[in-house]
Order: sequence, then structure tokens, then C-alpha cells
Amino acid sequence: MVEPIIRLENIHKAYGKDEILKGISLEIQEGEVVVIIGPSGTGKSTLLRCINQLTVPNKGDVWVDGVELTDPRVDINKARRHIGFVFQDFNLFNHLNALNNVSIGLKLVLGLTPEKAKEKALLELDRVGLKQKADLFPGQLSGGQKQRVAIARALAMDPRVMLFDEPTSALDPELIGEVLEVMQKLAREGMTMICVTHEMGFAREVASRIIFMEHGVVVEEGSPEHMFTRPQYDRTREFLGKISELYGKQK
Amino acid sequence: MQAYLIFLQTAIPELWAGTLITLQITLVALIAGFFIGFPAALARIYGGKTLSAISTTYTEIFRGTPVLVQLFIIYYGLPQFGITLSAFMAAYVAMGLNSGAYQAEYFRGAIQAISSGQMMAAQSLGMNKLKAITYIIVPQAFRLALPAWANEVVSMVKVTSIVYLTAVPDLMTKAKILSSKYFNPIETYLTAAVFYLIIIGILSIVLNYIEKVSRIPGLEMEGEAR
Repeated sequence: MVEPIIRLENIHKAYGKDEILKGISLEIQEGEVVVIIGPSGTGKSTLLRCINQLTVPNKGDVWVDGVELTDPRVDINKARRHIGFVFQDFNLFNHLNALNNVSIGLKLVLGLTPEKAKEKALLELDRVGLKQKADLFPGQLSGGQKQRVAIARALAMDPRVMLFDEPTSALDPELIGEVLEVMQKLAREGMTMICVTHEMGFAREVASRIIFMEHGVVVEEGSPEHMFTRPQYDRTREFLGKISELYGKQK
Repeated sequence: MQAYLIFLQTAIPELWAGTLITLQITLVALIAGFFIGFPAALARIYGGKTLSAISTTYTEIFRGTPVLVQLFIIYYGLPQFGITLSAFMAAYVAMGLNSGAYQAEYFRGAIQAISSGQMMAAQSLGMNKLKAITYIIVPQAFRLALPAWANEVVSMVKVTSIVYLTAVPDLMTKAKILSSKYFNPIETYLTAAVFYLIIIGILSIVLNYIEKVSRIPGLEMEGEAR
């Protein structure tokens, strides 16, 4: 078997007495699209943040691309360069226009010249269909456009993996499609992706694997086909039934 | 009226000279205050326990005592320890330290008003904390702090008038001298008041302009709600 690009081993995270993650282990192969689902408050986002160490786990190892990020000797800033992260509430830099949001990492982190950074940033904006919005500031963009700029910002760093933390949850329903489209395109291009999302249509179509999490543990995982048609656990079936009722009808 | 116009002929050059001193003290105090207050704000937020405690103690002491008391301690008190400052230097030090404490609070408030998501997004790109603070947090915080900072400028112009009590020849001192000489306090002090108003009016226009040009497009609504 090929070395997985992401390996999580027995990840524990607690805030005070509140145990969010209770020993999660996970392996993700290059090119896989993994969708994590589960009720809110079950630690899906925390798990995602543990991968790039925005949240530092109390226990357990995180390996990305052959580097152990939980090793205190590892330069985490260097490791994060190639782990793209997309936030639920976009977190675009408000004082920079779309172009500079995408190019600032190229300049400050990767050390590209301003001209090279601009060129690459425009390319990435074009990839998400927003080249013509390069001069606009986040406050002048719609939610869907903001999220696409945020994706372009992450992609510009040439990530080995992309982590999506509920990328469409803060969007009006009519804006979700444009973001999902970009994500689908990425998946088709072979990007390794982990997405926390409630978009079951996306999960069904694009996911190579769906992971159902609840109360800080993985309840069940499997192919979309397995999860949607013959899940092993009642809890999985119940949750998927509920979520399809809520979100599935829009598709 | 005739008498007042004649008085103005002597008064205006005197008050103008005083105005220059007032502006000079204000400027030095604001600049010193910035270079003390901004690092103090950073120390308080990012500095860890010790630095944060030092910064907090400093701001609480200088915001918690009258600036006149501070000036007198520095000008009249320090000579007891062999540290004698000129009236000007004492004014710079007292006003600068005082302003620094206020500016620290303004900058702290502005930095803390920036959502934590901005720092996370910067770090997720691989920026270290210093770069994230320098290029992401601070440029936004400065814009947020600008209205409060403008207030500090206006307030500082007026507060400097206490240097009259240590015989620095500022606008207030000049007015006091004129009033004693010509026995016309109402004319003198009203004229001095007009001088203060004009200074502050001009500064307000400049500061408003800076606020306007530094505004982030598309964020106007949010900015105004703050």
C-alpha cells in the first residue's frame, strides 16, 4: 500500500473537561476526496484544524506528506504552506483586494517577486472564475465570490491537500452552487481533499469516501454507495435520512 | 471695538508664538505616545504574561492619575533624585507617557476587534505570527483605531495648556501674560479660545481626510457602525 498523504493517529482534543475528539485515527491517500459528516458539535471542524495544527491536539500524531506535524521540532509554518484551508466564514483579508488576498502568501511566504505573484494570483482567480473581480475588496464581493477567492488563495500556494471546513454553510442557498462547482472541478483534477460539509449531493457525486462522526469518534465510514444505501449502523442511517430531508431536496 | 483691534495687533504675534509651542508639544507628545503606546498594546496582547503585566501596569497608572500630577512629579519631584528636566523636556515626557497610555488602549481595542479568523487565515497560509501581525492585523487595526486616535489628537492639543503651570510659553501662558498686562481677560482668553478652535478645526479636517482615504472599499457600512 502507498504511504498515505495524511495520517492521523489516535487524536485527542479536549477543551477543559469537554472532550471534543476521543481518539480519531484516519488515513487518507493521495487523490482521495473524503467528506466528513455528522451532527454539529461532534468535532468535525476541530479534527480538520488538528490536521494543520490551527488546533493543537492534546494527544496523538498528525502526519502530512511524510512529516510529523505534531513533532515540536517541525517548523509548522513551513508545513502549513502546502495544506490549503478554506474556512466557513471565508476569512478573507478585509484590507486587501481579491488579487492581493491571493498574492500575499506568494510574496510573504513563498518569496515570489511582486510580478510573479501577481501573475500567479490572476491565474488562480481565473481558475475560480473571478479574474474580472481581481480589483474588488472582500466587502464588495458576494458570499459565493468571497469563498471562491478564499479557495483561490489556498490553491495559489500549490497545496498537497485541501481542507474545507463547511465551505458553504455561511452562504445563501443560491450561492452554494458556484462554490461546489469549483470544489467539484478541483476533485476531478485529482486534488486530495477533506471536506466537512452537509452537501449530500456533493458527497454522493464526488466523495471517494464518507466518514460519519459523532461525539468525537468515527461511527462509520465507507463509499458513498455504501453509506447512502446500506449503512451498517442505525445511527448513520438516521442521520443521513435527516440530512437528506433537510438539504437533499434542494438538489 | 477699536481698542480690541489695537490689542489684537500686539496679541496675535504673541499668541501665534504660543500656538507654535502648543503644536510642538502636542506633536512630540503624540509621536512619543505612539512609539510607547503601540508597542504597549502589542505587548499586552501578544507579549505573554510578564510583558502583558508590565504594559497593563503602565497604562493603568498613567490613565488613573491626573496628567497635571504626572507633570508635577516629573518637573518638581524628579529633581529630588537628581534628575532635573527643563520645563519643555518635562512637558514632553509627561505628555508623551500620558498619551502613550491612552494610545495603548486605543490600539489594543482595535487589534482585539479584528476577528481571530484573520490570524488563522494568515497562519493557514504559512505566515508566522510576526508576519501575520505586521501585514494582516496591524493594517486593519490602524484603520479601526483612527477615530479614537483622532480624538486623542484633539484632546492632546487642549491638555497641553497645563504646561502654563510649569512656565512653558505655550498659547495658554501667552494669553495669561497678555491678560495680566492689559487687564482684559475676556478679550484675551476669548481670542486664545479662538486660536485653539482654529487649530483643532484644521486638525479635524486633516484627520477626517485621512480616515476617508484609508477607508477600505466595501467596508464603509461596518466602519460607520463601530
